[in-house]
Amino acid sequence: MTPAWETAADVVSVICLLGGAFFAFAAGVGALRFPDLLARMHAGTKPQVLGLVLVLIGLALRLREGGAVWALVLVAVFQMLTAPVAAHMVGRAGFRTGKVRNDLLVVDELSRDLDDTQSGGPRRDEDV
Amino acid sequence: MSPFDVVVVVGGVLLTLGAGFAIVRAEKGPSILDRTVALDIVVTTMIAGVALYAAYFRRADVVPLLVVLSLVGFVGSVTVARFAAVEPEGEGRVRTREEVAAEEAEKRRLEQQEEEARRRRRRAVEDEVRVAEDERRAVEDERRAAEDETRAAEDDAPVAPSSRDTIETEPDDEHHGGPADEETR
Repeated sequence: MTPAWETAADVVSVICLLGGAFFAFAAGVGALRFPDLLARMHAGTKPQVLGLVLVLIGLALRLREGGAVWALVLVAVFQMLTAPVAAHMVGRAGFRTGKVRNDLLVVDELSRDLDDTQSGGPRRDEDV
Repeated sequence: MSPFDVVVVVGGVLLTLGAGFAIVRAEKGPSILDRTVALDIVVTTMIAGVALYAAYFRRADVVPLLVVLSLVGFVGSVTVARFAAVEPEGEGRVRTREEVAAEEAEKRRLEQQEEEARRRRRRAVEDEVRVAEDERRAVEDERRAAEDETRAAEDDAPVAPSSRDTIETEPDDEHHGGPADEETR
């Protein structure tokens, strides 16, 4: 490991860490200022995946140890697997309990499909 | 390593501001789902903060902490979303004392109505039973008057009238007398 390589890794690591911190800051601002649940979810997802991956890359470039880096990869993969699940559940619960503002939606395919289902079949999901 | 100190300070300030804004949203959030999203952001910020700490001190031993934190964030948000799915309309709002009182009064009124309706229904059924009994008694009196004239072979012991209270519009058996309290022998 030449010192030049280490310096370059440190610089990239610093940039990644700053980028991740900026994403966390942007998520906070977005969560505070956005008007409804879906917009806040949109803001909150940025540091959850991209920001976290940036921070982990920065940490990995700084640590430069095999075992720790693999653990960081594990964290990133786990977060990528679980973030969609959590977002899906939050979004579905919000939609079904009326937390979504219809006037802010550009297109609402779920309402249309639900209407089709309810007029066609006996299944009603309103109370779930 | 002075430049890295600056980076850590700037990153720490950004993370703190982000977490602070998210906490403000968690306090304000009109529904429980908004609070969940905000607290998710706080957990992610905590992960980033721990990562920043580990990067500053080159400590690889706090990496398991990152795994644990990401696990906790996922489980927490999914659990809350699951419970919010059965949340009725307007449940996430904190009600004022007047609203709670009005709701209680409404509930009590409904209960009273229900009770009243039940009592009225029961009274109607009792009236019906009484009318049927009167009818039956009239028929029986008539029959006994007719029987008194002939008064021949005496009856076997009258059966205990266990089914008096049920509706019995006409006597189905001609051979034994009426109920025991009306027996005149």
